[in-house]
Amino acid sequence: MVAVENSKIIIQQLTFFYRDFRALDGLSLEICPHEIFGFMGPAKSGKTTLLRVLNRMSDLIAGARVEGKVWLDGEDILQPDYDVVNLRRRMGLVLSVPVPLPRTIFENLALAPRLFGKRKRGELEELVEQSLVAAQLWDEVKDRLHESALKLSGGQQQRLCLARTLAMQPEVILLDEPTSGLDPISTAKIEQTLSDLKKDYTIILVSNNTQQIARVTERVAFLLMGELVELGNTAQVFTVPQDKRTEDYISGRFG
Amino acid sequence: MKSQEKLVEGVLLLLALSAIASLALITIFIFLEGFPLILHTGLQKFILSSHWAPTRGHFGILAMIISSILVTLGAMVLGVPFGLACAIILAEFSPPRLTRILKPTLELLAGIPSVVYGFLGVIWLVPLIRTYLGGPGLSLLTGAIILGIMVLPTVISISIDALTAVPDMYRQGSIALGATHWQTVQRVVLPAARSGIITAIILGMGRAIGETMAVIMVAGNALQIPRSLLDPVRTLTSNIALELGYAAGRHREALFATGIVLFVMIMILNLTATFLARRR
Repeated sequence: MVAVENSKIIIQQLTFFYRDFRALDGLSLEICPHEIFGFMGPAKSGKTTLLRVLNRMSDLIAGARVEGKVWLDGEDILQPDYDVVNLRRRMGLVLSVPVPLPRTIFENLALAPRLFGKRKRGELEELVEQSLVAAQLWDEVKDRLHESALKLSGGQQQRLCLARTLAMQPEVILLDEPTSGLDPISTAKIEQTLSDLKKDYTIILVSNNTQQIARVTERVAFLLMGELVELGNTAQVFTVPQDKRTEDYISGRFG
Repeated sequence: MKSQEKLVEGVLLLLALSAIASLALITIFIFLEGFPLILHTGLQKFILSSHWAPTRGHFGILAMIISSILVTLGAMVLGVPFGLACAIILAEFSPPRLTRILKPTLELLAGIPSVVYGFLGVIWLVPLIRTYLGGPGLSLLTGAIILGIMVLPTVISISIDALTAVPDMYRQGSIALGATHWQTVQRVVLPAARSGIITAIILGMGRAIGETMAVIMVAGNALQIPRSLLDPVRTLTSNIALELGYAAGRHREALFATGIVLFVMIMILNLTATFLARRR
């Protein structure tokens, strides 16, 4: 058994293959409740793969293979018969490219709660409003909840996808490059949102924007070619990195 | 080099134009041949009377219009659920390799001549219906069943295309929100593919309305407004095919006028399909 008192998620010796390609290589680390944990690294470093393993979206990839263990609140989530639908509800993933479903704004947010049996109009409306407020989108869309979500701007779509995940009331929020392709104002809004959400959720943020990682996260892991190079308090990693490769990466010498 | 280029372009343009011209000529011809009768009889009397006695000057095609519509609707009631279910399975649930084999196979069904469908209907379906459900066996129901089978390739093939055109990101987004595979299909993929699926259904309908040979063989061709599913019926297309051989004068014009009615019906269906396909 594993000690669970202080850790929300425990990852042990996690290795992931896409056919012959080793995307993650013996990753071990722990993530605490109510922290914002960052994964940074260049392209192909395994960041996105890790998020997909955490909510078992990796099951959908043909030819994929996982080794190692991941515990969520002491439950081994990589067991083949684990309830993945419930897992995905607890670990809400926000994809890197915002993809609002081709429905109204309201329907985008109400979809997940409906799937989990929340059907009463009043309850749904309240949840939709809360989620949009939390994602800092409410003021911009409150008058057009029943218009198509595809009409929103890029930054609004990104926040809509975050709100949609919040409406699912997860325990952990997995964010994959949540501000890629956004202007500085939208980026600042999303970063503000993340800090506000910390008290209610555990947040895992994946980004190759080192400044963002430095601004938002409390602890950070640096991944390179699927390998965990460095792990520590964000302030410490950014001021006195232990590994030469980390230093090179955060000072912008590669990546 | 340059002149060769021009020549090829010119020839292709000519061929394209001649295809369009033949379509235009057919349209003009049908209208020229049929329109005088509609003027002579009156549109209302033509399509709202069911008294068809061409030798005595009665040209009412209401019974045939109703029969055509009923046979087509029957075919859709049978063909659409099967076709759609099949498309969903093939596009969303079966292994891609199986779909790659099965889809072309199903499309082959469209290549079987309609007389063969009619033949199968006469040999196999008509006796079954006569024995177990009663009536002459040659009936509205038989026609609907055969047409239901004949529209399957159209409905399945176009629906599969519509479903596979739905971006994979929609599915991933939905699954990340905790939806199961079926919930994803039901709540995200089907609504996203809706316009394409409606197009599939409408084009299937067009095929069913226009089908002639198979219907002549199995539907019984009696000139009447059917009172039950087991009554024999004569559709617009059947009537043209059956009578054109000996029709002359006004009678012949009346058959062309029937063609105009069919033409307009199918035009409306196709325009609806185009309109829906464009609206995304």
